[in-house]
Amino acid sequence: MLMAGTRLPLVEFRGVEKRYAGGSAAAVAALDLAIGRGEFLTLLGPSGSGKTTTLMMLAGFETPTAGDIRLGGRSLADRPPHKRNMGVVFQNYALFPHMSVAQNLAFPLRVRGVKGRKAADKVVAALTLVKLDGLGDRRPHALSGGQRQRVALARALIFEPDIVLMDEPLGALDRQLREHLQIEIKRIQRALDLTILYVTHDQGEALALSDRVAVFAGGRMQQVGTPGAIYEHPANAFVAGFVGENNRLAGTLVARQGDRCAIQLAGGQIIRATAADPLLPGDKVVAMIRPEHVQPGAVPPACCSTLEIDVDEFAYHGDHRRIAANVPGAGSLIIRVPVDMAAQRGDRMTIGWCIDHCLAFSASEIEPGKTS
Amino acid sequence: MTRRWVSFALIAPLLAFLIVSFIVPVLLMLARAVTDRDLDRTWPASAAALRTWDGEGLPPDALARTVAREMLAAHRAGTLNRVANRLNYDLVGSRSLLYTTADRLAAGAPGETLADLARIDRRWARADIWTVMRHADGPLTSYYLLAALDRRIDTGGHILRVPREQAVFVDIFLRTFKIASLVALFCALLGYPVAYLLASLPRRIANPLLILVLLPFWTSALVRTAAWAVLLQTNGVVNDLLQYMGLVDAPVQLIYNRLGVYVAMTHVLLPFFILPLYGVMKGIDPTAMRAASSLGAPPLLAFLKVYLPQSLPGVAAGAVLVFTLAVGYYVTPALVGGGADQMISASIAFYTSQSLNWGMAAALSLLLLLPLLLMLFAGRTMVRTVPA
Ligand SMILES: Nc1ncnc2c1ncn2[C@@H]1O[C@H](COP(=O)(O)OP(=O)(O)O)[C@@H](O)[C@H]1O
Ligand SMILES: [Mg+2]
Repeated sequence: MLMAGTRLPLVEFRGVEKRYAGGSAAAVAALDLAIGRGEFLTLLGPSGSGKTTTLMMLAGFETPTAGDIRLGGRSLADRPPHKRNMGVVFQNYALFPHMSVAQNLAFPLRVRGVKGRKAADKVVAALTLVKLDGLGDRRPHALSGGQRQRVALARALIFEPDIVLMDEPLGALDRQLREHLQIEIKRIQRALDLTILYVTHDQGEALALSDRVAVFAGGRMQQVGTPGAIYEHPANAFVAGFVGENNRLAGTLVARQGDRCAIQLAGGQIIRATAADPLLPGDKVVAMIRPEHVQPGAVPPACCSTLEIDVDEFAYHGDHRRIAANVPGAGSLIIRVPVDMAAQRGDRMTIGWCIDHCLAFSASEIEPGKTS
Repeated sequence: MTRRWVSFALIAPLLAFLIVSFIVPVLLMLARAVTDRDLDRTWPASAAALRTWDGEGLPPDALARTVAREMLAAHRAGTLNRVANRLNYDLVGSRSLLYTTADRLAAGAPGETLADLARIDRRWARADIWTVMRHADGPLTSYYLLAALDRRIDTGGHILRVPREQAVFVDIFLRTFKIASLVALFCALLGYPVAYLLASLPRRIANPLLILVLLPFWTSALVRTAAWAVLLQTNGVVNDLLQYMGLVDAPVQLIYNRLGVYVAMTHVLLPFFILPLYGVMKGIDPTAMRAASSLGAPPLLAFLKVYLPQSLPGVAAGAVLVFTLAVGYYVTPALVGGGADQMISASIAFYTSQSLNWGMAAALSLLLLLPLLLMLFAGRTMVRTVPA
């Protein structure tokens, strides 16, 4: 972990829970999470998983129903939002429509008593930082979506907050702009050594930006770790399915030895996998294998499991091809293959994988919100 | 292009209806404020002759002869009262002068020269009646507008104030605008918090409350005003309550004075302030307030710097609406006001339906309408400077 060692974390959630009045389930439950100084931590999860609630509790707009949130070792329980010194970038930007861009940026300075030359210089510097030089006199409604996003970011940075909270800041933008702004945000974070708590439902964005990712589902944090750890070693079937693309094969555990196990699929075929949960023979399990880890054709037997499939679709994707296949009796499967490979609809083929790459989880885990 | 024609065709019936039933009648009515057709319609030849006369001293015999002929003709046709009434506005006594002269002419008295007329009545030998006729020769007049401002033109063409005891309209106008401004102010003070509450509560709670605000819309202003009369009377609920709480020793006069007018009118007009403001407030992004506090603004400052400026177009719209309606109010001040609390629409009603002096009614209406149009225009530009 990043904050391992003697340094205190900047922000700490300790046993935090939030139940909204009238809501039956907890929006956030049993949350323990620490954010280190200078860290870029992303809350990743499907819609309704409690990400915004977590962010709003930290910003002070929602009060935890249990637990404690600390900033620099001090409890935030009695500190109102305007005394928390956190820059918040809202999903809809929340720019002040009756003020020019420069006035928007000067607002946090003005309420802190910074005025005149000094404030003006800071505004100019902030505009330069987000590459909006010369647009200070515009009204927010005269800006494009991407420009508004930059203004919101600049406004959240200009007063040098302890931490910047961003709630799906790129959610409303088209793909190209989003990727461009991801790079910008990363650049600014490095340049200013910012601590950022970022919220997104886009796993690609989370993996690309973050030092660590915390995966949320149903109000509970499922796993927290570096993007690599989350991707390579998902803690459960939900994380495996939500982060990156994954194939799910449902079956029953028939044998287990150490972390190796054998699973009988619905169609009767037997595959081998790595048990990621404590499983016993007879348990219902799902085996998860990523498309790029599936190897078509002959494979060395030592570390491999094989499976017979029927090709349904064979699609060209420029740098690779994808096979959508049918596993007789056990559902469908996506495979990523080199462009030069040839196959056609109706072919029967044998595929295989390294057992390390196929993870078996208990089937009673939470169903993923999305699998691609 | 075709789309535009289609949309025009769709609104054309409504437009035609508005023009025929509203715009044209209003313009025709208002035109009466500046037109003066009583004399030149009834006595066309005299009017033409009056216009060519230089107005110095006494008129030539030819003019006197034309007037005498048309006077007699109008008397026989039964249309003399139009001219008689008109001249009487400017010069009291003209009415009887015209009728006695016409009677004598009908009886055979000669009317060929100014001297003939002067023999019938000596007043024909004075300049003032002729000057008054010359002013009334149409087709346009400044008479009504000046009268509505407590001014008149003397026989020499100078604009003068009317005597103090006849000067009423300027005072009534000032009173009307003062009452309307204060009612708009009271509506703003009472309505802003209500609209704010409605706009910030969840819909589930706000909707029933909104119905309470709308409820007064479904009762007539007359009924509501009468209810206030009951509440505010000397032995009414409010007075009883004040005495019970020991705030006053004896009943206070709450009604049939200016206080009653303010209370009743503010109540009647409050929804007109709340609704437009509520509409504007609903459009204000609630996260803007959150953003303000995350940026370090304490609640009051966030409200003053972020919320209030965004709600001002609604305040302006509501205030203009209330002011506009209040300025034209008639029933409420008549019922709960005292004699000194009548507003200008009472005078307009008087001239429209009692004295039938439509020129005067039109002039007062026009003077009421002009500041309102200015205000609406100012309100519009104010709304436009703050985009939603
Ligand atoms: N103000 C609220 N009142 C009641 N329930 C809420 C409120 N805000 C969010 N929730 C509920 O809490 C859960 C988590 O919501 P949220 O934190 O917004 O999720 P996310 O940001 O991950 O989409 C959802 O089930 C949502 O319906
Ligand atoms: Mg959210």
